[in-house]
Amino acid sequence: MKSKGRFGKYGGQYVPEVLMSAVLEVEKAYEKYKDDPEFKLELEDLLKNYAGRPSLLYEAKKMSEDLGGAKIYLKREDLNHTGSHKINNVLGQVLLAKKMGKKRVIAETGAGQHGVATATAAALMDMECEIFMGKEDTIRQALNVFRMELLGAKVHTVTSGTMTLKDAVNETMREWAKRMDDTLYVLGSVMGPHPFPTLVRDFQKIIGKEIKEQLFEREGKLPDAVIACVGGGSNAMGAFYEFIKDKSVRLIGCEAAGYGVDTDKSAATVANGKTGIFHGMKSLFCQNQDGQISPVYSISAGLDYPGIGPEHVMLFEEKRAEYVPITDDEAVNAFEYLSRKEGIIPAIESAHAVAYAMKIAPTMKKDQIIVINISGRGDKDVAAIARYKGVDIYE
Amino acid sequence: MNKIEEAFKDKKAIIPFITAGDTSLEMTKKLILSMQKNRADLIEIGIPFSDPIAEDITVQNANKRAFKAGFSVDKLFDTIKEIKDEIFIPLVFMTYINVIYTYGKDRFMKRCVECGISGIIVSDIPFEEKDELINICAKFHIALISSVSVSSNERTEMIAKEAEGFLCCVSTFDARSEINKIKTDIELMLKKVRNVSDIPCVLNFDISSMDRLKEVLSFFDGVIISSAIVGIIEKYKEECLPYIEKYIKDLGDIVKDYN
Repeated sequence: MKSKGRFGKYGGQYVPEVLMSAVLEVEKAYEKYKDDPEFKLELEDLLKNYAGRPSLLYEAKKMSEDLGGAKIYLKREDLNHTGSHKINNVLGQVLLAKKMGKKRVIAETGAGQHGVATATAAALMDMECEIFMGKEDTIRQALNVFRMELLGAKVHTVTSGTMTLKDAVNETMREWAKRMDDTLYVLGSVMGPHPFPTLVRDFQKIIGKEIKEQLFEREGKLPDAVIACVGGGSNAMGAFYEFIKDKSVRLIGCEAAGYGVDTDKSAATVANGKTGIFHGMKSLFCQNQDGQISPVYSISAGLDYPGIGPEHVMLFEEKRAEYVPITDDEAVNAFEYLSRKEGIIPAIESAHAVAYAMKIAPTMKKDQIIVINISGRGDKDVAAIARYKGVDIYE
Repeated sequence: MNKIEEAFKDKKAIIPFITAGDTSLEMTKKLILSMQKNRADLIEIGIPFSDPIAEDITVQNANKRAFKAGFSVDKLFDTIKEIKDEIFIPLVFMTYINVIYTYGKDRFMKRCVECGISGIIVSDIPFEEKDELINICAKFHIALISSVSVSSNERTEMIAKEAEGFLCCVSTFDARSEINKIKTDIELMLKKVRNVSDIPCVLNFDISSMDRLKEVLSFFDGVIISSAIVGIIEKYKEECLPYIEKYIKDLGDIVKDYN
């Protein structure tokens, strides 16, 4: 039998038999609804009138001038309802769950953005909602825990393994295996078993589509580079997808390097990972020589994941996209820079993309254009950044 | 007749599960020999994985203990090899594909042969991804053991048709389900299997009480006891041997009545 959901040799459906019927049910439902005119209309309406799409494409004039090179645009996914790109995917998936006759959605979350978005969509569409979040992250992002509860979700603190995002994924998969008849696992990134990497990418590709249209309106041309941060890689895949065929556009994913890729405190999967099979997919993973998944680290809870979506690995191997490591220090510096320079506080995840733009913009010509995907807003990170800087603040 | 077939000949097979390296690899060695002596028909040895998504909390904790005791795949192979000549019942490994993939499939299977391993169960290789291992397993004559679940439904026959060694039947992850519902589901699942295959069907059930086991044992050709055994190891640690011996003996007495 042919394995499905492949991006080159990556992807696939590596899940225990107990989960296969659930995964296949999603696959079948997605095939049925993805081109269904009614489904598309409903989703379009939600994206426009609930999430606030299209998001702005903002010309960061002060930043461009200060860096003295390429013209910089910011794709403002931070302005979406719930404050990040995550809403694009969850509106699609929760609507799909509804069509499938499910009554309950479950999801993992790292920084809490996907959990908040899922809880939001669940509230809107009358679904029960349970979120799994690593204990470490419930401490780092305490406010988001309360936010999810406020939205009516039940938050489970995950104490297994490293108590971060990967363990939250493990726990959500276990929960799904126990109860799949009325439940959909709303996966938060372009990862996991097929159909999730494709399905999530399809729900996120609106980002790149809008960038292309909006920039064409403003500049009458394509960007020279699109830059996005990459953990699992959903905002990056969403921003890149539309441009894959436009070979002149550099696609740059920024990984979280923590203290640096030459230390053991990093989450830069392309830089440090090896091919493996985990969380339902063949992809790159940070792991030891025995195939045990490594604990990873980043200041950003949303990028603190030892793997990466399989389509990214294919783009990397085909040399269609580049992946660069950005350290905590560089990200925090960019976080402050964008706040002061443009009055926009980006999520610490998105700050990784800003940091790389700050490196390459000065080396580019004035008629060249960089688009940075600001995947989320930074309100959730303010206390953590203060602590990073040695200020004793708690939410 | 191969070793696995023999384990099921004219009897219901008792298959204890232990996690390799749980408390120590020295203990794993002792447990295997002691369980064999006390009438285990086949032993399933879990190779620890950092993220065992198909395991309950008891086995997850066993994995943690193994890593704490310095577990590595190489050390496991070395350990099993040491006692290979004393083992006359089949041993099968249970693990996750990343462990095999990263070790190198060819190298892994070679070492399995060296240790006299008869089969492997790979939790996260469903039917659709069998190509990952099927040829390499065939090359080294290691049975690639499949699982079916009550939720497999129409997939059950397709899986059973190509199953090797024995078939792991997963009743449910949630042992709190009503016993009558469990029985109906199991009967339906086995009927589908029997339509296409006479492979031994083994219950892999999170058995919390002997009473529950008695309710369903008649349907199966054998039973894998995982959490109950691992739970005893968790409780008694280095002192667990006599308790495991007693448990397996008691189990043997119960199973005898169904043979």
